[in-house]
Amino acid sequence: MTAAPALSVEGLSVEFRTRSGIVRALDNVGFSVAKGETIALVGESGSGKSVTAYAVLGILDPAGRVTAGRAMLGGLDLLSAKPRELAEVRGREIAMIFQNPRTALNPIRTVGRQIADVLIRHANVPRGEAQAQAVEMLRAVGITDPARRAKAYPFEMSGGMCQRVMIACALAAKPSLLIADEPTTGLDVTTQAVIMDLIGDLAGKLGMATIFITHDLALAGQRAARIVVMHAGHVVENAPTRELFEHPRHPYTAELIAATPDSAASLDELASVPGSLPDLRRTDLPPCRYSERCPRKASDCDRPLPSSTDAAHLVACWNPLPMNGPLRAPESVS
Amino acid sequence: MTVLLDVAEFSKQFPVGSTLGPIARLRRRFAGGAETLPKVHAVDDVNFVIDKGETLGLVGESGCGKSTLVRALTRLIDASDGSVKLGTRELSLTPSRDFARDPDRARIQMVFQDAGESINPRFTAFDAIADPLRRLRHLRGAALKQRVEVVAGQCGLPLALLPRYPHQLSGGQRARVGIARAIAVEPDLLVLDEPTAALDVSVQVVILQLLQRLKKESGMSYLFVSHDLSVVRLICDRVLVMYLGKIVESGPAAAVFEHPLHPYTQALVAAVPRVGENGAQRLRLTGEPRSPIDPDPNVCRFYGRCTRGTEACKTAMPALRRFGEREVACHFAEDESPRA
Repeated sequence: MTAAPALSVEGLSVEFRTRSGIVRALDNVGFSVAKGETIALVGESGSGKSVTAYAVLGILDPAGRVTAGRAMLGGLDLLSAKPRELAEVRGREIAMIFQNPRTALNPIRTVGRQIADVLIRHANVPRGEAQAQAVEMLRAVGITDPARRAKAYPFEMSGGMCQRVMIACALAAKPSLLIADEPTTGLDVTTQAVIMDLIGDLAGKLGMATIFITHDLALAGQRAARIVVMHAGHVVENAPTRELFEHPRHPYTAELIAATPDSAASLDELASVPGSLPDLRRTDLPPCRYSERCPRKASDCDRPLPSSTDAAHLVACWNPLPMNGPLRAPESVS
Repeated sequence: MTVLLDVAEFSKQFPVGSTLGPIARLRRRFAGGAETLPKVHAVDDVNFVIDKGETLGLVGESGCGKSTLVRALTRLIDASDGSVKLGTRELSLTPSRDFARDPDRARIQMVFQDAGESINPRFTAFDAIADPLRRLRHLRGAALKQRVEVVAGQCGLPLALLPRYPHQLSGGQRARVGIARAIAVEPDLLVLDEPTAALDVSVQVVILQLLQRLKKESGMSYLFVSHDLSVVRLICDRVLVMYLGKIVESGPAAAVFEHPLHPYTQALVAAVPRVGENGAQRLRLTGEPRSPIDPDPNVCRFYGRCTRGTEACKTAMPALRRFGEREVACHFAEDESPRA
């Protein structure tokens, strides 16, 4: 990890103003992704994975507000950039694949046109050539008979094909950073594997940094080099994948691994994560937002979270699991 | 083991719009020609049984006919052909419209995919659970209230949550309401359509363990529809693998996932993500599935995506053949069989 980071997020905090109070959705979130590296943001729904991506791209809901932090893309801080600067970067330097391709694509424009739009706006492709290049993009993402398919509308295609179109749109301008927000949720496992292979191959070919957002720990473990575990708007652990599964240090990570049905031999072996996410509207949130669910909670947990020193394996916990004591060794990691 | 549900030679076809306009169709019909619309063969000649107290898994990708099969079994739609026997009762003789008021309606109940979408948003949790009891058990007043509270307790739903509406409940609580209303009328067979697909892993575990406990307590049978193989492996005794309307493989869950015999099952198992394994050598499916509209009865449905695909697959549809406890529909099952 000597390469300069493609994106580095530091101290990102986001609040949402709602009728029932201020939701502190993100608090001091930090991570970085190097050129050509794939990292995964993992956590339960409501942990702030998507909000992180939206904040970085500057597409937060109007009720949301970045209260602190920086997101450096090269020399540019995305969080303080002017809308015009951001518009130049989005699509060209950073692209995003959204969760549900059917709702993210324009329903009344043919898919070929949508890809051509990206090419014209972000890749300086002349109008006359855009359609032909769009067909080439469709071919690159493995769509059979791309010339005919380019004239199709999203509703005429299957979920897997729509996701391929999304990928073609995202990669049309050859961005240096790709954010994929649950790109395969709602797809079949066979299609999921094909789509993830496709993203991996294209990312490798273009030397892209990839941030992969998922709640599927097994999928993250298979595809990412490093995993950032989020809980209730905090990054609780950030470690290389193999190390995270073999020696999870944050109690929440360990519980999540124990709840993943991938490696268990029987249902009784699976452990549930007790409790639920704390209400982020509370004004008396403890410094560690996991402490109220935590089996390892100690009396000194109500201090501000520690700033970890081991840069390769960050743990936001005063009382982490020992270095070499996993709760249960997953069998599939050999 | 006594057989609870016996499904034989079961098929369901849906007519789809033809390229002919309505007037051309009418003209042809009056000229004496048959009005033949092309048909989607959603479920095609399927045979299986569910034993009493058994959990049968049904897996396959979207569009393979899982949902059609399930909707026909739960008598929400009528079959085109074949028989469905629940115990000694032949269900396919009763039109689905009449079956809604049938005394046997209570014996097959269903838990739908996303409880947030399948519970009436204007029903409180209490109403949702009470509705089938009112309609099928004709319970009223104190008896109804008592039964709802017993069922909610069985499903781990705190009584304080009963007056709430679905949007005031968490995903896990909604899933419990969906299960509670299905088991309220004490069914023999519970059909579960991806009951945990919308849930986080931490909640999924709790719901799966709840389902297992309920089954142990009541002796129900489950038909568990899912495409999450790691869940199916944990909860099911036996599995059916479907591909484009056909059953391509069946057998004990552990054996099927340990050593899949059909190339499609092999691809399915290989596609399950496993931590720390980045297999470029993994089996991958290429190409698009064949069209389910009037498929050629002499071509294997998997031909074109299959890694084997020979001349034989193009000229003869492989029949489902028995290998010990398992059944496989592939010409080359012997090559894969550990016994061969």
